[in-house]
Amino acid sequence: MRRIKELIIEKSLLSSALITIAVTVGIILVLAIEAVSFFKEVSIFDFFTDTQWTPLFTDKHYGILPLLSGTLLTSFIAISVALPIGLSISIYLSEYAPKSFRKTIKPLLELLAAVPTVVYGFFALIVVTPFLQQFMPNLSGFNSLSAGIVMGIMIIPFISSLSEDALYAVPKDLREASYGMGATKFQTAFKVVVPAASSGIIVSIILAISRAIGETMIVAIAAGQQPRLTLDPTVPVETITAFIIQVSLGDVQHGSIEYKTIFAAGITLFAFTFLLNTISYQIRKKYQEKYE
Amino acid sequence: MNSIQKNRLKDQLFKYWGIACTLIGLVLLVLFIGDILIDGISRIDWAFITDLPSRKAEKSGIYTALMGSIWILLLTTIIAVPVGVAAGVYLEEYSKKNRLSAILEINISNLAGVPSIIYGLLGLEVFVRIMSLGASVLAGALTLSLLILPIIIVATREAVKAVPKSIRDASYALGASKWQTIWYQLLPASGGGILTGVILALSRAVGETAPLIVVGALAYVPFAPSNPLDEFSVLPIQIFNWISRPQHGFIENAAAAIIILLLITFVMNGIAVYFRNKWQKKWK
Repeated sequence: MRRIKELIIEKSLLSSALITIAVTVGIILVLAIEAVSFFKEVSIFDFFTDTQWTPLFTDKHYGILPLLSGTLLTSFIAISVALPIGLSISIYLSEYAPKSFRKTIKPLLELLAAVPTVVYGFFALIVVTPFLQQFMPNLSGFNSLSAGIVMGIMIIPFISSLSEDALYAVPKDLREASYGMGATKFQTAFKVVVPAASSGIIVSIILAISRAIGETMIVAIAAGQQPRLTLDPTVPVETITAFIIQVSLGDVQHGSIEYKTIFAAGITLFAFTFLLNTISYQIRKKYQEKYE
Repeated sequence: MNSIQKNRLKDQLFKYWGIACTLIGLVLLVLFIGDILIDGISRIDWAFITDLPSRKAEKSGIYTALMGSIWILLLTTIIAVPVGVAAGVYLEEYSKKNRLSAILEINISNLAGVPSIIYGLLGLEVFVRIMSLGASVLAGALTLSLLILPIIIVATREAVKAVPKSIRDASYALGASKWQTIWYQLLPASGGGILTGVILALSRAVGETAPLIVVGALAYVPFAPSNPLDEFSVLPIQIFNWISRPQHGFIENAAAAIIILLLITFVMNGIAVYFRNKWQKKWK
């Protein structure tokens, strides 16, 4: 009796774990099925080479490039903000800061990632853009610059926290050997500890990029809704995620081509983040083996 | 200046640069919040919380959105917590090192990195259309449950892993079965850690906007939901809607609603940190 009960419990726990696989399969199936029916009406060649994205206009064009360029541009700006600051924070906290300071500041920094993204969108649109316009009169009310900067502030803790864990895990012997040679903390940090923790740092950067590409509300609010193939950070652009929001806010009939476009855009986004996440997972696996 | 002095100077400079970087994010956050408080605090009164949305900014309140958020929070908790904890316990206590466990692990780590808006597309197709739940609170809660599942699973695993082996051995020595050991020893012992993860996951769910917009949550709902199949709005969507309007009054409303949303998020994070600290001391 007891053995049967134990077995039933084990199987039901297992089925909970299997739900996670069902979710992945569900995501891939849903995106693929709708995307396939999208590509029955639009040629894949046009999708990747047309330079206009106007599915909501009468003259319809389905080129993903403008949405991709918007996504990459805002992500690039965000990473340019978050990478130097996040890495400096992680090196400072792991190598320089007193333990008590490190302990109080880490949860505070993580608050940056806990703030809902719609709030960051408000900051970008209402605070940062008007502030930047004082120095850049040409800056449009919606632009990828302030959206990117604010997104960068949001992802600082993703880089600082994970990199700091990696730096902190580097064995003490390495540092002491370096100090013993007369190196300063700065030299030890950059010539010994950072190279030793490089795989962990790279993982944190990849995850931050993946996060930036998938970020939605900040760009939907502050970067505008005009798909445009440009690298100019001062004009309105539209990201993949912002397009999905734009369509979802309207009344879209199931089965219409507009409905299918959000899945075609979605599968493009998913492919990018899936690739980045898989790379980071592989690096992390290798790196774990190195230290354990 | 010789090279030793140069190196010391570099060392000192980097130290101050590090402090500056550490503080800049926090300073900006404080500035932002200060700005929001100035914009919005005067707008908050009891009527703002109990009023229905309206076309006039001064008369608009957050009642329906707040109720929607509470509904979403409750349903998401009911759905996601049992499944997430069960999956976490399975992975930590039952699963053997084989292909299935390797696949499960890669899969969960991948799911944690899937953008939230993709979960919205999944929810739109599966819950709203195939299961024909419509743009209901239940469909929204199911979508968010899938979104926070990986966070709860990972937190449960960490918490269960941290329970010392001696407790397991003692329980088995008394003749307890595996499940009795889990139910009477491991879960109570790791409760604080699991709770921390659950609260953090839920605070993420409260702030989510994008997946719910995709699922079809509305910006304007005249009534608060009264059952799981009702239409709904949530605080972040209400804020998004107010931000997108040009009149200044709505910006003020948005700022006021943001104060409430931030209050909820920060209180939840505070509680989570409190439990984490209390629980961490237990095993040291």
